Amino acid sequence: MGKKKVNNILMFLGFAGPAVFAFAFVIGWAFVNGVFMSFTDWNGISESYNMVGISNYIKAIHDINFWQSLGRTTQYVIGVVIIVNIVAFFFAYLLTRGYKGQGIFRTGFFVPNLIGGVVLGIVWKFIFSEALVQLGKISIFSTFANNWLSDPDTAMLAMIIVAVWQQAGYLMIIYMAGIIAVPETVCEAASLDGATGLYAIRKIILPLVMPSITICTFLSVKAAFMVYDVNLTLTAGGPFKSTIMASMHVYNKAFKYNDFGIGQAEAIILFLIVAVISVAQVTITKNKEVEA
Amino acid sequence: MKNTKKWSFYIFITACFLVFLIPFYIVIVNVFKDNKAIVNNALALPKSLDFSALADAFEKMNYARTFMNSLLITLVSVSLTIVVAAMCAYLFARKNWKINKIIFMVMVVSMIIPFQTIMIPLVKNFSSLGIMNNRATMIFFYIGANVPMAVFMFHGFMKSIPYELEEAAKIDGCTQVGIFVRIILPLLKPIASTIFILNFLGTWNDFLAPFIILTDNSKKTLPLMTYMFTGQYFTDYALVLAGLILTMLPILIVYIFMQKNIIEGVAQGAVKG
Repeated sequence: MGKKKVNNILMFLGFAGPAVFAFAFVIGWAFVNGVFMSFTDWNGISESYNMVGISNYIKAIHDINFWQSLGRTTQYVIGVVIIVNIVAFFFAYLLTRGYKGQGIFRTGFFVPNLIGGVVLGIVWKFIFSEALVQLGKISIFSTFANNWLSDPDTAMLAMIIVAVWQQAGYLMIIYMAGIIAVPETVCEAASLDGATGLYAIRKIILPLVMPSITICTFLSVKAAFMVYDVNLTLTAGGPFKSTIMASMHVYNKAFKYNDFGIGQAEAIILFLIVAVISVAQVTITKNKEVEA
Repeated sequence: MKNTKKWSFYIFITACFLVFLIPFYIVIVNVFKDNKAIVNNALALPKSLDFSALADAFEKMNYARTFMNSLLITLVSVSLTIVVAAMCAYLFARKNWKINKIIFMVMVVSMIIPFQTIMIPLVKNFSSLGIMNNRATMIFFYIGANVPMAVFMFHGFMKSIPYELEEAAKIDGCTQVGIFVRIILPLLKPIASTIFILNFLGTWNDFLAPFIILTDNSKKTLPLMTYMFTGQYFTDYALVLAGLILTMLPILIVYIFMQKNIIEGVAQGAVKG
């Protein structure tokens, strides 16, 4: 080996070594072993296991609870992604109109995002099951008189509300950056041509902030598909298991019922679904991006 | 006409603002009441300031210890992530070796793997080495998990640093390590602070990873302890809300002083990531 080659190897180990090692050890090993595990019948405790081929995947495909949880998650994802993006865009639009004090509003809307899902879930559990129930005694708020978390339909709605509340501020920041980047000359020219209000938003601003829409949709789809902590603390999957989302199902399968092989097969199916949806979404929205 | 528009903006946005922050109002007013007053009227202001629930929660959550666990795990892992990722990204950005390109690609692709896909094998891997239930494992986990995004962001930033700067230093007899430490590192400050903020928030609030890795109460982080604690006492509203306040407080205090940096960091992170 030449001196240069030895030097290069040392340089690689010195500069990239620590990062590559940590990454390979934590993510790489777990991912590879995860794929491997999904073909075994390991029960989580014993030393030995057998290779079982694709039988875990077949069992996963026949696991009605898994598909029900996926169906529910899909409902939830659609609800959250649509609402949170509209709300976030709307706030971002209003807060970039140049009114005084918009910094304060921006700061406030972002606050829920600083706090972890566990805490937010418990805060809202208290609100839905106590504070709002009390408010429901006043007739105009009677819709809250029954605890929303004890009815399957409203419990799902509660999950969506909390997610929107949590993420709107974050996506708003991204949309604001996009809207600010729209050149002022374009907006002026449009308004001279008579494009104002909603028409200007639809025809001028929306196409130009398409990159932000791509990012925000991607982030909100991924976050919603993988929801776990708010799910755990707000509804714990109830009432009557009606809000068990895909993540919680996988967690329970593995760590509660010790079906590690099937749980892992389902985790991989979930990953593939999210990956395919994300790639499709990014391709579609990227296609709609235009230059100013 | 212009005035009506202005006023409708303020009325509307203030209404939204209040609705957004009401949950925090509800938590704060009730933490100073006793349970009877909470069940009686959760929306009213407290008649007197009763700190007993806060003191009680502080003790039951073993707050000082739990807070230190969170701080230790978050600060150490985020700082180390930044150091090792900057070094790695430097090599990847400057040396066009095949192995660098391959590893970089793998890291970028790996960013879409959700934690749920690797959590089961992670438990198996760490148990087989006997390193479960350990704060150092937690730190190491976060470094491995956060490195890809950090490398990706540093890499993009370093591509924009002109190579001439380094060549000049090389002619002056600077070694590769010297160039990195003296010339590149100081230039990385803005992107490093963005990465720091994003990783800090993510790690500080993370729940699922410590949930499966840490089992001893003395090692638990704030989100984890909050979950255990509130599960145990949920009917004791005053105590639970006090626990929530204590968990939220550190990050809110940091936000008050650094809100510009945090929001800027989040906006930058989304654009680069």
